[in-house]
Amino acid sequence: MKKRNLLIIVLINFSVIVLINLLHKPEQPNLALEELKVAYAKEDISSVDHTKFEILQQDFESPQAVTEACISCHTERHEEVMESSHWNWERVSYVHGRGIKALGKKNVINNFCISSQSNEQACASCHIGFGMSDDTFDFENARNVDCMVCHDNSEEYLKGSAAAGYPDRTVNLSKVAQSVGNPMKSNCGTCHFYSGGGNNVKHGDLEEALLATTREVDVHMAANGIDMTCIDCHTAENHEMQGRLYSVSSENTNRATCEDCHSNTPHLEDLLNTHTAKIACQTCHIPEYAKENATKMAWEWSEAGKLKDGVPYHEEDSMGNHTYLSIKGKFVWANNVKPEYVWFNGHAKHYFMGDTIDIDNLPLKINELLGSHEDMQSKIYPVKIHRGDQIYDKQYKYLIQPKLYAAQEGDSAFWKDFNWHTAAAAGMKRVNLPYSGEYDFIETEMYWPLNHMVSPAEESLQCADCHNSTDSRLASLAGFYMPGRDRDMVLDGIGKWLIILTVLGIVIHGGVRIYFDFKNKKYKVLNTEPDVND
Amino acid sequence: MKKVYIYKKFERFWHWSQSALIIFLAITGFEVHDSIHIFGYEAAVFFHRTASYLLLGLIAFAIFWHITTGEWKQYVPTTKKLKDQMKYYTSGIFRQAPHPEKKTQLKKLNPLQVWVYLGFKILIIPVMVVSGILYMYHKTLDANDVVIISDMSLKAIAIWHTFGAWLLVAFIIMHVYMTTTGHTPISNIKAMITGYEEQEDETVTKKIELKEKTYS
Repeated sequence: MKKRNLLIIVLINFSVIVLINLLHKPEQPNLALEELKVAYAKEDISSVDHTKFEILQQDFESPQAVTEACISCHTERHEEVMESSHWNWERVSYVHGRGIKALGKKNVINNFCISSQSNEQACASCHIGFGMSDDTFDFENARNVDCMVCHDNSEEYLKGSAAAGYPDRTVNLSKVAQSVGNPMKSNCGTCHFYSGGGNNVKHGDLEEALLATTREVDVHMAANGIDMTCIDCHTAENHEMQGRLYSVSSENTNRATCEDCHSNTPHLEDLLNTHTAKIACQTCHIPEYAKENATKMAWEWSEAGKLKDGVPYHEEDSMGNHTYLSIKGKFVWANNVKPEYVWFNGHAKHYFMGDTIDIDNLPLKINELLGSHEDMQSKIYPVKIHRGDQIYDKQYKYLIQPKLYAAQEGDSAFWKDFNWHTAAAAGMKRVNLPYSGEYDFIETEMYWPLNHMVSPAEESLQCADCHNSTDSRLASLAGFYMPGRDRDMVLDGIGKWLIILTVLGIVIHGGVRIYFDFKNKKYKVLNTEPDVND
Repeated sequence: MKKVYIYKKFERFWHWSQSALIIFLAITGFEVHDSIHIFGYEAAVFFHRTASYLLLGLIAFAIFWHITTGEWKQYVPTTKKLKDQMKYYTSGIFRQAPHPEKKTQLKKLNPLQVWVYLGFKILIIPVMVVSGILYMYHKTLDANDVVIISDMSLKAIAIWHTFGAWLLVAFIIMHVYMTTTGHTPISNIKAMITGYEEQEDETVTKKIELKEKTYS
C-alpha cells in the first residue's frame, strides 16, 4: 500500500512538472525589435562640411541667391524637388469616384482655415518656395525653390509671417546656407507641427513636444529612446517623400506604414498576430493622442466675427489655448484624447470645390475614409475626427471659399473686415464659382488617421479595452461579431432563465424531499422496523 | 448496507478530469463572454484555449475507452422502465421508495440517465467541440492571407457555442443535485471517487416494499 501511495505521489509530481513545462513560456526578447533598435541607433555622419564650400561663404542678397548656390553643386536636385507635392501643392492621383485628379493644398478645402486659395500670402509660409503671393506663382522657376526650410540644421531659419514664403528678414542666410544637412525634426515640424495656425492644431499626434519627448509619449522619437527623426520612416530618396496624409491625399500608394519595419506579424503571441489581419497596428498602439499639448477637436466658424467695442478679441482656457477668436470663431481643445475608430482601406473620397452638398446627409465629410468590415483590404484604424461648421452657399449648395487674409482693411478679407459677404464674394471669384449672396453654416467633419505618438508596448490597448460589452473602444463599429463585446440577448436571456429554473426546480424538489424525510422519519425507518400497524 | 464496485479507474479519472475541465472552461468561457471577471480577458482566452485542447485529448481517450471496453453499450437507449424512473423522481423518492433499477458494473445507468448522458455525448459535446474548433480557427480572409474559415459568420458559431455553454451549466447544476438521490446524499459522489457504491440492503428494500403494500 505504501509503495502504491509513493508511486501516486511521484506520478502527480511528474505530471505537474510536465504541465508546468508545457504551459509556461519564459519571456523571450523580441529579436526583430532589438535588430531594429540597433539599426536605427546608428547616426548618419555627413560626408561633407558645408562651411568649407567657398560659394556659401558670402553675404547672400536674397534667398534665391542661396538656391542658386545650392544648384551650382547639386545640379539636378531641384528637378526632383519640383516634382514633389511639397513644391507643387498638388499630386495627380486617382480619387475615388472622380477618376484622375490633381489634389493637394492648392485646391483642397478643409474645416480649419478652409483653403489656401486667395490667402496664399499667408499660407505660403508653409510652401517650399519664395514668392507665392497669389495664383500667379511660377512653378517652373527653380530659383524660387526654398532648400533651406527643409535642410537648415542651424535651427535659425524662419519663414516670415504672411511673407509669401520668403524667410524672415532677421535670418542670417549665410550661416543657414553653411549649416545645411539632412532634415531634422524641427525642419519638418515647422510646418507639420504648427499647421492650422498653432501647435498641434490639426494632427493631434504631431506637435512640438516631439522635439524632446519621452517613450511614454512616442517610443520612436523619444529622446530617452531611439530618438528617431521624421526621415527615418519618411524616407525621401530623390526627394520623393514616403508617406501621405488623407487630408490632402486619396490613394493607397507610397504610404509609410508600421509594417515596413515591423512586418505584419510582429508579436511573439500568435493570437495577437492574427489580429493584424483586421486591426491596424495604430489601433492598439496609439491608445491616446495629444498626450502633451492639446489639439483642436472642433471649430465653429459660425461664431466668428463678434467684436468687443468694435475691435476683435480672444478668449483662452486655463492652458492658454484660444477658445475664441473673433477672426476664426469658437474652438474646442482636448488632450489625452481617445481616438475614434473606422474601417479604412487606404482610399479616401474628397470634397472638391463646387461639389453639391447633400443637405439631408450632414455632417458633410470633407475627406471620407473608405472601408468596411466586408472589404478584405480594410482594417480598423484610429482617427481624430475634427468637427466644425463652416460657410456654404445656401442657394448653390456648395462650400464657400472665403477670402480670409489681406494685409489691410477694405480688401474684402474676413480677418480684417469681418464681413462674410465680401469675403465670400472675393474668395468665390478667385475659384471661378458664382456666389449667390446667401450664406449659412453647415456642419463638416475631417478625418485624420493617427500614426504618431505610438506608446510603449506595455501601455498599448489591452484585450478588454475592446472585448467588453459595456464600454468597448470599438462599440461604434457594427456588422461583425466580436467576442466579449457582442452577445445574443435572446439566447443569453434564455440561458439565464434555464439556470434560474434549474436551481428553482432543485430547491423545490429538494425541499419536498427534506420535508418528507422528516415527516416519514426516514432515519428511523432505516434503523427500526417499519410500523406496519400504523 | 452493501458496497458494490461500479466505476473503473479510467472511468473515474475521465469523469473528474472532464468535470474539472468543463467547469474551468465554463468559468473562462463566460469571462471571454464578458459575463464574469476573474483572470483578466487575455489570461481567460489563453486558459480557455489550453483547457480546450486538454479536453479534446481527454475526449479522444474516452472514445477509445468506450469502444475498446464495450462500455458504449451502457448508452444504448431504452424505454424500458423509463416511466418507472421518472415516477421515482417525481413521487417515489419522497416516500423512500426503492430505486427502480439496481446499479451494477454492467448496468450503471438508469434508463433516464442513459437518455440524458447519450444526449450529452452525441449532442452537447459535439456541438461544443465543433463550434469551439470553428471559433478558435475562425478568421476572415484578409490582406495578410491568413488561413481561414470565412464562409461561416462568427456570430452563428458563437451563438451555438454559447447555447451549448448554457446547457452545460444547467446540466452540471442538475447533475450535482441528482448525485444526492442515491442511498445517502453522498453515496453517489463517494462511488465516483472510490469506485464502490453503498447501496440499499435487499432486506431494507423488502421492508419498505412491504410498507408500501400496506399503504395501498
